Amino acid sequence: MAASCVRTVGSLLGKCGNCSSNINTVTSQLSRRQICVSTALLKKNLAAAGPEKFTVEFIQKQVEEFDIGKRHLANMMGEDPENFTQEDIDRSIAYLFPSGLFEKKARPLMKLIFFPLHEAVQWGADGRPFHFLFYTGKQSYYSLMHELYGKILNIEKHQDRLRAKGLFSQDAKAIALDTSRWFTKEELEVLLVETISSHNYDRFIQLIERLLSMPYGNMEEEFVLQYRRPLEAQSKKQSVPVPERDDKGVAFSTSDGRRKTSNSSVVLRDGGSGRITVNGQEYLQYFPVLQDREQLMFPLQFVDLLGRFDLECTVSGGGRSSQAGALRLAISRALLSFLSEGEQETMRQAGLLTPDPRVRERKKPGQEGARRKFTWKKR
Amino acid sequence: MALHRLSLRLRGTVCHVRTLHTSGCGQQQEAVAVESELEPFSVFRTQESDPACQSEKHLGQFYTLPPAHFRPLFPHGLPYRYQQQVKTFNEACFMVRSPALEVISYLKKADYSKPALRYLFYGLKGSGKTMSLCHAVHFCYTQGWLVLHIPDAHLWVKNCKELLPSSFNSARLDQPLQATTWLRNFRTTNERFLSQIKTTHRYAWTKREFTDEGRPLGELVNQGISRVKSSSDVVGALMKELRLQSGQPGAGFRLAVAVDGVNALWGRSTIKKENKSAVDLEELTLIHNLRKLVKNDWVRRTLVLTTVTAVNKSSHPLTGFDSMDPFIPVSVPNYSEKEFESVYLYYLDRKWLQHPQSRTEDGKKELVFLSNRNPSMLDRICGFL
Repeated sequence: MAASCVRTVGSLLGKCGNCSSNINTVTSQLSRRQICVSTALLKKNLAAAGPEKFTVEFIQKQVEEFDIGKRHLANMMGEDPENFTQEDIDRSIAYLFPSGLFEKKARPLMKLIFFPLHEAVQWGADGRPFHFLFYTGKQSYYSLMHELYGKILNIEKHQDRLRAKGLFSQDAKAIALDTSRWFTKEELEVLLVETISSHNYDRFIQLIERLLSMPYGNMEEEFVLQYRRPLEAQSKKQSVPVPERDDKGVAFSTSDGRRKTSNSSVVLRDGGSGRITVNGQEYLQYFPVLQDREQLMFPLQFVDLLGRFDLECTVSGGGRSSQAGALRLAISRALLSFLSEGEQETMRQAGLLTPDPRVRERKKPGQEGARRKFTWKKR
Repeated sequence: MALHRLSLRLRGTVCHVRTLHTSGCGQQQEAVAVESELEPFSVFRTQESDPACQSEKHLGQFYTLPPAHFRPLFPHGLPYRYQQQVKTFNEACFMVRSPALEVISYLKKADYSKPALRYLFYGLKGSGKTMSLCHAVHFCYTQGWLVLHIPDAHLWVKNCKELLPSSFNSARLDQPLQATTWLRNFRTTNERFLSQIKTTHRYAWTKREFTDEGRPLGELVNQGISRVKSSSDVVGALMKELRLQSGQPGAGFRLAVAVDGVNALWGRSTIKKENKSAVDLEELTLIHNLRKLVKNDWVRRTLVLTTVTAVNKSSHPLTGFDSMDPFIPVSVPNYSEKEFESVYLYYLDRKWLQHPQSRTEDGKKELVFLSNRNPSMLDRICGFL
């Protein structure tokens, strides 16, 4: 979901709850152009309307109205209108309109939500389509290609003009392309609100690469960057907790871990003797079961640093096994700062650093449990 | 390693540890003989089996209880797991640890003309309090004292199947079964004293049965064992006798009282009377007599050693504290590093640790971690290795 530009046919909707005027969804549209001006047609002919142009101005107007409403709400609640955040808004609405509904999404809401684009009605009352490329079947795709090509021609014309003047220079600034990647086919489909074939996608990439390869391609930088996604995957590596030193010069690191509903946090101190304290108690007392202690032992044993560290753990929530699992994850994370790259990699491969995503599955109606069905009787 | 060489030599002779062979018994005694030659190599064992001669240089080492002492001394009183271990290894080995050694040194130096001294072993669950108590009791036994060893006061306070109203004092309740078992064990332990000591009073058990003055104590004890109904009263009488007699300077013996789980005497009981009301501890004859025994105000030449079975929450309730006060607390910690080494080598020597990885350094570190050097925990873990 994204704020779209005006040119795509898909619609953009900003919805405010009860403080602004209600905007209907796309399927029911307000007519801006009256086709027949006869008095008989007092009733708005919904199908006759053109597509509601959710232009940038329209969006901005909605945003302004939302802000005004927000300030009113802040005044009502007696709070500072300048620093009224979305959380404060949610809180105030929950206070003013207490709802007993179980489904959180059905409760009163005051938020600017930008819905993803979806297709609007493409033709008018006379059956004539709005877009000139409607009969190609993929109007937004072909209009995009058409636009791109228009830009290429523009750039070439510009180049010719410059050459004619003698100001043509090859060393134009190149756009930085290494921190981003092109949209994938699926992302492009989402943007254009229609399906494309892979052949179409390849052609699109070829064309836009050609645009960039031209010496003055950076003129259209802004346009091109719209179709690139910044690469977060590389920067999102396992963040290693920084080892600090406390007053006595002992290196220690802190980290958290979670499993099912347990949360834990561990302070791993160097230069210790292998003493472990959990919630103030000895770990032998807190985990009388051998299995839990084995879970605690596993990260340290894996890297052969059993007797070196002192652990100070706190854990809450969940049951005994999930608490042990949460602690194990926290210990592995805290250990990362004391290990080399290769060892970190082995730990990751061993699965010590992966948070366990399993949670309790919901029981469904009509079944006895999450998966177990009622006894099947033939008659 | 020298120990490896030792175990190689033993491997030919010693069979699988878990099965009990009589031939294995003989071979192990031969192994013990072999070890006495190789004494410098067995760092965890010592030949000094007399607790009186043990000192700090024996700390962390195991000494074997001579079988002749074992049967009479400990018909009761040892932890169940340890008894099983004795049966498996066919020898009773105690580790010389500092709490027991401390108490033994006090015992040696104590001045017996003053009122009785009391020592209390306390510590975490499974840290070796009962074993330390038994070590001290062994010392008393070797010194020729009369040992009054109550195995677990908790057993007297809960799960009692039979309760009889006392014949002596009708407000109180008797526990015949526990009393008879205890008397039997007492008799096994202190055989030689039973003929020496004479009663000083006349006790009438029922209208027709009585014990005269001047009869040997053995008769009293037999009376209690045979007449189950009056056994608790016999116990009370016995304790009174011993108290009176040991205090006198002319008595030929010293008395040592060892109570395991003394916090049971002042805690709560789970016994219920027939009308489902809970029994107050004061009403139980055995407990009443025990409390009198443990109190400080009686006299000399005696000693009370107690342990507290560790409860995670409270230690002694306040009432017990008052009656036990003053006492000398002795803390029993988990194994130190040296002690842990000792136990580890002992288990290796006894072939208790079968898993190949348990013989490596890493395996040892794992054991340290998993048991946190707690003796009972270590024992449990090694049990299935």
